[in-house]
Amino acid sequence: MAPLIDVRDLSIAFPRATPVRGLSLTVAAGETVALVGESGSGKSLTALALMRLLPDAARIASGEILFRGRDGAVTDLAGLDDRALRRVRGRDIAMVFQEPMTSLNPVLSVGQQVAEVVRLHEGLSRRAAFARAVELLDLVRIPEPRRRAGDYPHELSGGMRQRVMIAIAVACAPRLLIADEPTTALDVTIQAQVLDLLDALRRDLSMGLLLITHDLGVVAEWADRVAVMYAGRKVEDAPFETLFGAPLHPYTRGLLAASPRLDAGQHYSAGALAEIAGSIASAAGEEGCAFAPRCPNARALCRAAVPALDAVAPGHLVACPVTTSEAQREARHALAVG
Amino acid sequence: MTMRRLPRILKAVRRTALQAVPTVIGILILNFFLLRLTPGDAADALAGEAGAATVETLAALKSKFGLDLPVAEQLGGYLWNLAHFSLGVSPRYNQPVAELIGARLPNTLSLMGLALVFALLIGITLGALMATFAGRPTDRVLSVLALLFYSIPSFWIGLMLIVLFSVKLGWLPTGGAETIGANLTGWDAVLDRARYQILPALSLALFYVAIYARLTRDDMIEVRTQDHVRTARAKGLSPFAVTRDHVLRNALIPVTTMAGIHLAGLMGGAVVVETVFSWPGLGRLAYEAVMGRDFHVLLGILLLSSLLVVAVNAAIDILQAWLDPRIEVR
Repeated sequence: MAPLIDVRDLSIAFPRATPVRGLSLTVAAGETVALVGESGSGKSLTALALMRLLPDAARIASGEILFRGRDGAVTDLAGLDDRALRRVRGRDIAMVFQEPMTSLNPVLSVGQQVAEVVRLHEGLSRRAAFARAVELLDLVRIPEPRRRAGDYPHELSGGMRQRVMIAIAVACAPRLLIADEPTTALDVTIQAQVLDLLDALRRDLSMGLLLITHDLGVVAEWADRVAVMYAGRKVEDAPFETLFGAPLHPYTRGLLAASPRLDAGQHYSAGALAEIAGSIASAAGEEGCAFAPRCPNARALCRAAVPALDAVAPGHLVACPVTTSEAQREARHALAVG
Repeated sequence: MTMRRLPRILKAVRRTALQAVPTVIGILILNFFLLRLTPGDAADALAGEAGAATVETLAALKSKFGLDLPVAEQLGGYLWNLAHFSLGVSPRYNQPVAELIGARLPNTLSLMGLALVFALLIGITLGALMATFAGRPTDRVLSVLALLFYSIPSFWIGLMLIVLFSVKLGWLPTGGAETIGANLTGWDAVLDRARYQILPALSLALFYVAIYARLTRDDMIEVRTQDHVRTARAKGLSPFAVTRDHVLRNALIPVTTMAGIHLAGLMGGAVVVETVFSWPGLGRLAYEAVMGRDFHVLLGILLLSSLLVVAVNAAIDILQAWLDPRIEVR
């Protein structure tokens, strides 16, 4: 099936830096893709670029963002003019932001804020839009939605506010929902509720869901496919079973090794958690693979050129020449033995 | 503002009114003694103007107005009158103070009101323009203009406005409150009076235009960077709708606070502007009362201004609670 959104070779540039380089990414309808990476890896900028909401100083330096609309026509969002873009935003592609505390306007009631987007894209009257807003608040499982619609953001808890953000996002039944760390600011108990809600809505509205996160626990539970970013580039892209079962890129392996597992009985008293030596700052000015300064397997060829993403299996891409050649050797070996 | 907040607002109004009473009495007593510090009294002023007053007539005047009584007794008498809702009688005009003030009050209130409307409308519009074009030539030019408005004294602006619009262009009258002897009624009378108000209100307003323009500009630039504005853009709203519904409204909260504080200041500014435009308002009455040592009139005006300040502050509290639901009416 043709993907809903097909990002090709996207680069995002600031005047003095290029935080996202040559990123390609696809999300199909009804699919949950997790974009994973640490702070500064460029995942949030990528999300903003898809909606063309980059900060003023940043621009899309190159690449295409091909989006398949409701009528099946494909448009390149990277080159779309403002007027056409406004018809896409909030209607075809919607976004849930990281900070529910500050992402809602403090001086408007939450009902008004949900109604606003319905009025805009569906041309409902003020009264009809407010009634629809109450339905939407009910849809995101806010108790007593009729009464809550008159509340202001400061009268709601963080989890409730994030539900309001989700109600705004799904108000026009978008084709793609981008959730930028939607649960980072929330309590752990609320996190699962919010993610369950997003997942249920994705299924009911058959949306594509691009879930941006640094939480591998979230990825393991809710993602169909995972793209791992490091220093502005995608280093691995795989179905979630493959990624968790047989990660190939040294960075992905390091990430998985560093995440504590309750089931393994791992506790800080039983020894230090695994870590990836060094910091992401070492990627600055690196000629070849950005991860090479921290990589246990780095060879000379790693520093020579930026590694290309190679398909080691159907749907499994890795940008690491060392592991790729090992994987190929093993495959050849298996053939020879077999 | 939702209906559920109405009872709380009524309660707040009642409490403000109760708190105002001791404040206002304190202000009056303080002013009473301050005014005693000026040399001379109403009788001295009258006798001086007459030019040929003897010691006997002066003494007669003083005893007639009660100015020969001990200060404490004078204060007691004044407060006693006040307790019976009387502001006393002006020795100079030989008229009850309440009547004098009553005749001038509507003129000053309409002048202040129009000036405030001008200041807010022009100031917020300029500020919004400056914020939209921040750092670009439009912003720079308007900033210089605002600085000029801020630094030029209002009497000079008044005189220049008269030179331009009255003398050179002949569009608007030079002063006064209405066309004398025109005997207009209905809409014609209202329009006639409005023409007389434009220039004084404008010269009173320009200083505040500068303040509100800068304030609106800076607040809007700050609000624009907040997360909820990005949410508004993500909804697909046009830049104009984002500015109107999500930037300007939030940015106006500090402007309303300032406008409330300024309303009392406008009354002070009115003294100068009313003199320039021979506007028959309270400001000029106050000025004349000072010159004639007509302390009863002056105290009456001060009482009124302090009540005005209290009322405006209460109104601003309510307005802010309406603009910003995070603020509770206390």
